[in-house]
Amino acid sequence: MTLVKTSYNRRSFLKGSALAGGGMLLGFSWLASCKPSPEQIKNLPKEWFNINGFLKIADNGLVTIMSPNPEIGQNVKTAMPMIIAEELDIDWKDVIIEQAPLNTAIFTRQLAGGSQSIRQGWEALRMAGATAKQMLMTAAAAQWQVPVGEIVAKNGILAHEGSNRSAGYGEMASAAATVEVPEEVALKETADFNLIGTDKKNVDGPKIVTGQPLFGLDIAEEGMLTAMIIHPPAFGMQFKEMDASKAKAMPGIKDVFPIEVYPEGVEKQWSDGGGIAKLVAVVGESTWQCMQAKKAVEVQWEEASQAESTGDHNDGLDGKLNLNGVAPAREDGNVASAFKKAAKVIERSYSAPFLAHNTMEPMNFFADVTAEKAILKGPIQTPEFLELTLASVLKMPVEQIDIMMTRMGGGFGRRLYGHFGVEAAVISKKMNAPVKLVYSREDDMTQGTYRPAYKVHYKAGLDENGALIAWHVKGVGTNDDLVFENRFPAGAVDNYLAEKQSFESNVTTGAWRAPRSNFIAGAEQSFMDEVAELAGKDPIAFRLELLERAAKDPVGAIENNDYDAKRYAGVLELVREKANWKPGVKGSSARGVSAYFCHNSYVAQVLDIEMDGDTPVIKKVWCAVDCGIVVNPLSAKNQIEGGIIDGIGHATYSQLTFKDGKPEQQNFDTYSLIRHRQAPKEIATFFVDNGIDPTGLGEPSLPPIIGALANALYQATGQRYYHQPFVSQRQIVG
Amino acid sequence: MTTFEITVNGQTQNVAVDATTPMLWVLRDHLKLVGTKYGCGIAQCGACTVHLGDTAVRSCQLPISAVGDQEITTIEGLSENGDHPVQEAWLEEDVYQCGYCQAGQIMNASAFLKSNPKPTDEEIETAMNGNICRCGTYTRIKKAIKRAATSENS
Repeated sequence: MTLVKTSYNRRSFLKGSALAGGGMLLGFSWLASCKPSPEQIKNLPKEWFNINGFLKIADNGLVTIMSPNPEIGQNVKTAMPMIIAEELDIDWKDVIIEQAPLNTAIFTRQLAGGSQSIRQGWEALRMAGATAKQMLMTAAAAQWQVPVGEIVAKNGILAHEGSNRSAGYGEMASAAATVEVPEEVALKETADFNLIGTDKKNVDGPKIVTGQPLFGLDIAEEGMLTAMIIHPPAFGMQFKEMDASKAKAMPGIKDVFPIEVYPEGVEKQWSDGGGIAKLVAVVGESTWQCMQAKKAVEVQWEEASQAESTGDHNDGLDGKLNLNGVAPAREDGNVASAFKKAAKVIERSYSAPFLAHNTMEPMNFFADVTAEKAILKGPIQTPEFLELTLASVLKMPVEQIDIMMTRMGGGFGRRLYGHFGVEAAVISKKMNAPVKLVYSREDDMTQGTYRPAYKVHYKAGLDENGALIAWHVKGVGTNDDLVFENRFPAGAVDNYLAEKQSFESNVTTGAWRAPRSNFIAGAEQSFMDEVAELAGKDPIAFRLELLERAAKDPVGAIENNDYDAKRYAGVLELVREKANWKPGVKGSSARGVSAYFCHNSYVAQVLDIEMDGDTPVIKKVWCAVDCGIVVNPLSAKNQIEGGIIDGIGHATYSQLTFKDGKPEQQNFDTYSLIRHRQAPKEIATFFVDNGIDPTGLGEPSLPPIIGALANALYQATGQRYYHQPFVSQRQIVG
Repeated sequence: MTTFEITVNGQTQNVAVDATTPMLWVLRDHLKLVGTKYGCGIAQCGACTVHLGDTAVRSCQLPISAVGDQEITTIEGLSENGDHPVQEAWLEEDVYQCGYCQAGQIMNASAFLKSNPKPTDEEIETAMNGNICRCGTYTRIKKAIKRAATSENS
């Protein structure tokens, strides 16, 4: 049993009603209208008691748990309440889950990003459940006149053996709600978990399969108008003037006007990212009418900065890559002299294009802004930051701004950048009406905030025994510097040099699932495969040798390395066993291996491929994961599978290119995404069971799979794949 | 504006819209049946799939003027209680991540299984190839379709 002080974020455990804005928990009806299951309906409670900001308990024992963080498909809406329910110790079937609105008075870090919701919420969520349980026990002890230490709380029942008394949580909820929040509470030992670690189905599943309103785009409110935007057609262009007379005369159109999204003097947040300062808004009664009217608006655009094409980006990245004398990000030993001494030296370059996020639900947001209040609802990964920007743009205190998060039709980082929420608010204010802003697919794909384009150059040196004695990585990205200098193989090579630079482009970029890792992992792990081959060693054995060195005798101080070499080696060993990997033995399929560390987690993968003519068929992927404790294995595996398919798809098929600042792909007819036929036939996921506190899961399976794919393709075709998308190299077709 | 009489999920309704309006927007904006999703507007992603009679069609490319007296079924009308074998299989396999494309996947899969109750893996992949899932739930979708096919035949 671990005792923890509740002083950490203690305000979260005060009763909602005692807090400013606490009433918000019950104030929204659109999403907060939980739908109890048929069994729960049979047993509708008469009264609910707020125990703390995270949960309330009904007189009949049902428990409503607020899921604090935005749901983007990573399934935190199931997993986060599971953590609370574990410590509260209740039957999962008695739990009703609601999405919490933004409430900075109760919750911390209501953000979906960096695969951190579970990792950073872990302690607070456990305490929320444990505190409530403690308060129930205190209430029971007082009522029964027995010492609290003799009360056992389990599975929704409070019991005192000595006096042979017991009561359901519901019976004590009223009394517990008046108990003072304890100074410290006991947390369960991980061995005593009985909910965490079990498969629980997605709580929104029944709504998803029946098409009930869940997403921002589904919002429909009384008197609501639809709004669309027209943004500049090319990067480097800005609004000059327009003639909207034809559009304004079209049926259902209420108004067409330019909007200043970020007027002079507005305090922007990092989350405003690539938000465009001036746009044209088209407001009407329905989406189709707005779509037609958009085509009739004649907008004049003017040059604000130089138009860039894909050739310019490639030249710019190459220019930076060829620069000498860049200050090293990390340098161990002496790389130059090591390369001179090396028996064998190998150099390779890798590249990847810009990518759009392409969430299936395009950007959208609902806003109802009046002089007194701003009510916003929609899909947003960063509601806290949107609120701050809105306060500045609307010149309104945050207390008058309410933000409700809808389930998101995908995030992948795109909805970290909430400019669309600001746009909706500005349009609503101008129209003096509630509006739902809707981006068309084309608006969405051409807006910007892309995964940067990247290039990286690797050079490695081996001694006469095939030992790696020198490693040089030099990376560059558009508006991003790509290299993680303290990740593997840093710490495992005596002579190591990492250089990184950024090439400034006016094509806006942002975080895209597993930022930077989503390219450099594949490049590094492909290069590692070639280096192992040059050394005449099995690729897994080669990596394990390096990891052993990093664990036992690290180059430089061990704390300089971001990763734990033993956990890294652990996933490689696990995948080697599960995939029955045999050095030098070729089966009927071509195999590739890869491993990577990011978001505090470790992933190793083996991928089997067979060629059907020129088309690669991915027969199976084995994936070993060390992300500490797995809260909900059923959905955790879903995340792993999704990341693998996402990585394979984008590396093989997707790219965004530019001509004179204009994106050349604007919809799914020209921008290819992976489809059913191209997905792996089977994915098998294995978790390391080590009881360590949970780490990231939504991103780590994506980066390494690109290396495993490239390495398997090499085995299958004899060609190395250096440049994404791989289909553009023409040895394979999709 | 023209008034059209259409039958959606067994109910006959009158809608006054421009004749070019795609059924996708008639369903979403006018009939408030928002289970049918907008993804691309050019019949490339399948998120807007509905049944026209027994056939899966992309409602973003189906103008209301082309519907006539053919019956339209959306995800809301696929079953009375959300218990169509395909919906149940989806729940059983816990298919979805974000869930946005899944109504279109389910509508496509249910029409496909009606025409081909015992499909091979390859037939499933081919039939479902027009439906994009950006989260990458393809392997679970295939499992769910196989499960539904088995349950329908048992």
